[in-house]
Amino acid sequence: MEQHNNEIVKFDNSPPTGIQVVLREFKKDKVAMLSFFGITLLIVVILVASMFLNQEEILKIKLLERFTEPGVNGYRLGADEAGRDMLGQLVIGAKNSILIAFAITIITSVAGIALGIIMGYYGGFIDNLFMRIIDFFITLPSLMIIIVFVTIIPKYGVLELILIISLFQWMSTARLVRSKALSEGKRDYVNASKTMGTSNLAIMFKGILPNLSSILIVEVTLNFAGNVGIETGLSFLGFGLPPSTPSLGTLVNYATNPLVLSTKWWVWLPASILILILMLGINYVGQALRRAADAKQRMG
Amino acid sequence: MWKTIVRRVLVMIPQLFVLSLLIFILAKLMPGDPFTGLITPETDPARLEELRIQAGFYDPWYVQYYHWITNAFQGDFGRSYTYKIAVSTLIGERGLNTFWLSLLSAIFVYLIAIPLGVLAGRYQDSLLDKSITLYSFISYAIPTFVLSLIFVFIFGYKLMWFPTSGTVDVGADPGTMAYYWSKIYHLLLPAITYAILGTTAIIQYLRSEIIDAKTQDYVKTARSKGVPMRKIYTRHIFRNSLLPIAAFLGFTITGLLGGSIFIETIFGFPGMGQLFIHSIMSRDYSVITSLVMLYGFLTLLGSLLSDIIMSIVDPRIRID
Repeated sequence: MEQHNNEIVKFDNSPPTGIQVVLREFKKDKVAMLSFFGITLLIVVILVASMFLNQEEILKIKLLERFTEPGVNGYRLGADEAGRDMLGQLVIGAKNSILIAFAITIITSVAGIALGIIMGYYGGFIDNLFMRIIDFFITLPSLMIIIVFVTIIPKYGVLELILIISLFQWMSTARLVRSKALSEGKRDYVNASKTMGTSNLAIMFKGILPNLSSILIVEVTLNFAGNVGIETGLSFLGFGLPPSTPSLGTLVNYATNPLVLSTKWWVWLPASILILILMLGINYVGQALRRAADAKQRMG
Repeated sequence: MWKTIVRRVLVMIPQLFVLSLLIFILAKLMPGDPFTGLITPETDPARLEELRIQAGFYDPWYVQYYHWITNAFQGDFGRSYTYKIAVSTLIGERGLNTFWLSLLSAIFVYLIAIPLGVLAGRYQDSLLDKSITLYSFISYAIPTFVLSLIFVFIFGYKLMWFPTSGTVDVGADPGTMAYYWSKIYHLLLPAITYAILGTTAIIQYLRSEIIDAKTQDYVKTARSKGVPMRKIYTRHIFRNSLLPIAAFLGFTITGLLGGSIFIETIFGFPGMGQLFIHSIMSRDYSVITSLVMLYGFLTLLGSLLSDIIMSIVDPRIRID
């Protein structure tokens, strides 16, 4: 009984809706704001710059310019084994990596959120069934299975890669949303809506979903960073993007050649550092959002 | 207690079954068959056909699945056609390398994470705590392959402190002290890299456990009895916070396995992860299916282990 009272008191005092509080808290965190604007600027610059680049010209093989050092002959970041300009490849690769990670994030978030809310709201059989499926997917050695999928699909391209990765990345969002929707579904406002005859669909997506917005923005941001890591990792191993479409991972992959790794740093190091900056920046923003969303950790 | 374990193991069985079915289907979808590797210009197509019939290539899929799974239970995973030896022998050899690497990495994980976690929790909000939090954030965000490459570049090629590939020096005689030292020496850099990446969860968990424990009644009691703060940390808080850390062992194993593909590729370390990549490149299907199955099994085992340790440590999560 006492617990019930507490809940009501908390409910009355609760500040405006979730996402507004998070953003208000987030603005107080200077470092997070800085990384947010830095990363946004970086992504915008990469996307805009890639539009002005002639991809065919950059990917043309010029053996005479093989391993040109940075700053020579107008190659600002040098050239690779085939004489291709590294700076241009870096921008195009970064664009591809970012857009693919973005697509995977959108697909897995939509799927995970929809499934999670349905599971949490209805409970019972649907919930049990999908929990079993999620448990199964989580224990799969997903990296290996993605690689196997990539090698057996006959017509393999960017879209296929996005779908294959998405197939193994929706579970954590679904599980998180499900657990939150489960506790949210027992709240008074949901019961009130039910009594008033609001449709289940409306309760789920207009009633419960907005209340989960604060944790979702955290989840989506961190997933985005994770997906950049997965795509570049796969491309690094040679099972990500096809060779015709450079990714940051394919550029780092040149370092598997010991000669390149030890003496031609300009071929692989810039791409590695760019991945590092992206990962650190996006993750930092994500963790700052998490702190902002968690009342216990707020900086005040 | 036993009920929990038995139930957990029972849940594992259908999971393993579905996993094996999935892998079997994937293997069937792969182009070619186990005899593709044997084809030479002199091969008689009729003889090949005969071999296929003999091996049950045209049997219905459930018969083939039955043969595959029963053979696997008896330790017969077929033959690798690039290495021309039994898959079980091949994986046994490579698995041992991966095992030593994982063991050393796990030791380093705990050696790094426990002191850092305890210090961060004890001196909460100090400069030390902030640096440790920053370290654990970076190690969490940095992708395995990027850190490994940078380490190979700096410590292997530039400073030349460590060898950059292999498991042992070519010149070392097996059985001598120099041989074992050379083995450990080859393991050190990959193991340290591995360990740095795996510390985040333990540091953060230990830190928040210790911060929570500070306000607990048993600490206040000890304090009011006049026990010095240092003793409270070593005798009371540390012991209480350390137990749940044991539960991370299972997850550490799982994490190490997942990372082994990157680490072994970059450090030129002939373990199971590198074997997997080579088998994929040479389309060595019997090795691929066995490895995916083995990794799936070990992942399940890791989470089982964590759940069991957790239920020993924390009686609240037992199923009765």
